[in-house]
Amino acid sequence: MTNSTFTRRGVLKTGAVTGAGLALPTIFTSSASAFTNEPTGSTVKFGFNVPQTGPYAEEGLDELRAQELAVEHINGMGDGGMLNTFTSKALDGTGILGKKVEFVTGDTQTKSDAARASAKSMIEKDGVVMINGGSSSGVAIAVQGLCQEAGIIFMAGLTHSNDTTGKDRKANGFRHFFNAYMSGAALAPVLEKEYGTERRAYHLTADYTWGYTQQESIQSFTEAMGWETVNNVLTPVGAGDFSSYITPVLQSGADVLILNHYGGDMVNSLTQAVQFGLRDKMVNGKQFEIVVPLYSELMAAGAGENIKGVFGSMNWNWQLQDAGTKAFVQSFGQKYGRPPSNSAHTCYVQTLLYADAVARAGSFNPCAVAEALEGFEFDGMGNGPTLYRADDHQCFKDVLVMKGAENPTTQYDTLEVVEVTPRAQVEYAPNHPMFGGDAATLGTCNDGA
Amino acid sequence: MLGLSAKDTRFLLIVVFLTLATPFLLQPFPETSSLAQFNAGYPDLMQKFAIFGIFAIGFNILFGLTGYLSFGHAAFLGVGSYTVVWMYKLLGYNVLPGLVLAIIISALFALVIGFISLRRSGIYFSILTLAFAQMSYNLAYSVLTPITNGETGLQVYLNDPQILMGENSPTSPHLFGIVMRDSTQIQMGDWLFTMNNGYYFCAVIAIIAFYISLRIFRSPFGMMLRAIKTNQTRMNYTGLNSRPYTLAAFVISGMYAGLAGGLLAAMDPLAGAERMQWTASGEVVLMTILGGAGTLMGPVLGAGFIKYCENIFSKINDGVLHGWFAFMPDGIEDLIVAMIHPFVGKGWHLTLGILFMLVVIFLPGGLVEGGQRVARLFRRNKKAGPGDKDPEHHPKQAPHVAE
Repeated sequence: MTNSTFTRRGVLKTGAVTGAGLALPTIFTSSASAFTNEPTGSTVKFGFNVPQTGPYAEEGLDELRAQELAVEHINGMGDGGMLNTFTSKALDGTGILGKKVEFVTGDTQTKSDAARASAKSMIEKDGVVMINGGSSSGVAIAVQGLCQEAGIIFMAGLTHSNDTTGKDRKANGFRHFFNAYMSGAALAPVLEKEYGTERRAYHLTADYTWGYTQQESIQSFTEAMGWETVNNVLTPVGAGDFSSYITPVLQSGADVLILNHYGGDMVNSLTQAVQFGLRDKMVNGKQFEIVVPLYSELMAAGAGENIKGVFGSMNWNWQLQDAGTKAFVQSFGQKYGRPPSNSAHTCYVQTLLYADAVARAGSFNPCAVAEALEGFEFDGMGNGPTLYRADDHQCFKDVLVMKGAENPTTQYDTLEVVEVTPRAQVEYAPNHPMFGGDAATLGTCNDGA
Repeated sequence: MLGLSAKDTRFLLIVVFLTLATPFLLQPFPETSSLAQFNAGYPDLMQKFAIFGIFAIGFNILFGLTGYLSFGHAAFLGVGSYTVVWMYKLLGYNVLPGLVLAIIISALFALVIGFISLRRSGIYFSILTLAFAQMSYNLAYSVLTPITNGETGLQVYLNDPQILMGENSPTSPHLFGIVMRDSTQIQMGDWLFTMNNGYYFCAVIAIIAFYISLRIFRSPFGMMLRAIKTNQTRMNYTGLNSRPYTLAAFVISGMYAGLAGGLLAAMDPLAGAERMQWTASGEVVLMTILGGAGTLMGPVLGAGFIKYCENIFSKINDGVLHGWFAFMPDGIEDLIVAMIHPFVGKGWHLTLGILFMLVVIFLPGGLVEGGQRVARLFRRNKKAGPGDKDPEHHPKQAPHVAE
């Protein structure tokens, strides 16, 4: 408090300098650059917005690991991972268009509001050109809407709801992950083969957007092959105890329980269903079965023994044997000492795809990037030949049908690949009624200028 | 001036100055320095400061004056947001109709909830309001999905009616053509100041809200509310029915919350259900207590403090930490990063929790008390004398809120 140096001369000097600074014609308005957050220096910033707290924090942290790895590979550090197997060779490991990639991270807390606040600070304060991430469809849709308004590109991470590229699709938003419709299309034939065509299904569904669209998709596919839907019960998210929902299942005369749950909810409901002895029962002369349409490694690890023999679907799994998967699993394993999860993979691929699109477009302008991504066909990213469809910005690729492994050898191979469902089988029209019908439009690309 | 005493006028003018200069005050570090991480002068955060300031000011009218602790104020916040977004969908992107309606609807909502909840006091009142807010949250999250769009949050779609939208109207929230998202940036050397339309809109409303709250604090009505806090039973024994006063306070603070919720949607056209969750209600309680319940400036400070922690600390990751301590030898650098790691990034809740505990234990009057203590420290130096001792223990006047 004693080192104050306010002298008359000092104050005058400061005042004069400030005045001169103000008088200089250095006032820029937001329209001075060609598009939102045009990178001007030798670096470009990405924003990685993932849940670091809350029910999906595990997934979020794994996504963050993958995103960091992707930035390393784009900047030419490490072994290059999937860049070596990717069919597009526009990226040469020197950054993007001569600019090194930097990134900022944020916590979505798995809440739309917090995710938007975090994304806004990335756009307004850090000047990012692209945001990647989001576990939970509600968050992804909310952030996608924000990126559309602000004029930057949103590369969706783990979001499985039909709405993300259905009724809530946006011109600036892109999704690599598969969706609930694809899960239904891929699972149905396997279920038919394993469990027959005369089954009675009972749905427990997470009470929010993603749960609804997944339940709707699975119901329509199972009914198409002759199954009957006995009941659909909505359960609150994060309920913890599902026993009161599981008890009525046996009295209903159903012989298959479909759990439209994710994360901790799925771990709890599956564990309780198994503990109640559902899978040991014989109903209608058939063995009672449980199906979990959307799987993840982290959920499988949480459910442990209970997952054995339970069918589900996935976007990608590290046990695949193609070159792209091998390269990615190797560099991820080297850095973090564990195989990457499904959600880590999609975030890694999305980051590379964005960087590649910028390199091919020769510009960071979101509209040019979007154009480069639309209709882009590629391979070598672990999913086989893949198409970024221009009509709704959804990736089309093979879908994996998974089963809880009977004899896992490590904590990482608790799931095994049953079938790789070919892309043709999971395709649908852009104006499919489950995807908003004819009313859903992308709108026009916004570059913020 | 404006029906205020000279001291209050000076206080209000200070608040006006601070509010208008916020874009400059919150940007103390040059863009190129590593401390730029701590700059908070970007539009979204400044808007949040003003909006949650309004929310906390309103909450303080209820909690600070009457002592009724509501754990359900987030419900009004959500109602305000949904109202504004629905007005976007039906009428157009001008924020004014939505904001006016947000205040009216939340007032009606508060009237109903308050009428029922205020039949009880103390912990029972808190539980009742909590129950109502949780009910509203669950309704918004799933049951009322057609109205609220559930977990995804209510958004404006291209095929919404928007009957007042002209050909050239802006396609984002605006006030008669002034687009909320637009900013003017001033570059001064290494400093970049962002003056955002939306922030100044919120700031003007916040100043009006603050002025109204100041008048309520100084009015006979405010005195009555304070009397309720001091001893409601005694008030009742004197034959005075205190419920109309508490209900009025409840409705007023509900309107403040509705306005804040409306402004959230005015800055960012989305209304999410989690705005109504009990954690959001708890947050405003924290803001008020952290800043100083019952003081005018406290809740605003508390709101700013919590929003700053949430937005700034949560973004410091290990990479940033390594950047700061890069000058140290490797082993020490890693050790220091590992020590700070639990308190930043995803651990910002921990930092906030520790600070909250420290404030409650050592400064029960909140940040305002901290300020007053510092001020008193300086004053004591000036006029320390034997006359100050007051051997007869005369009752002392409470210090002015501006101090």
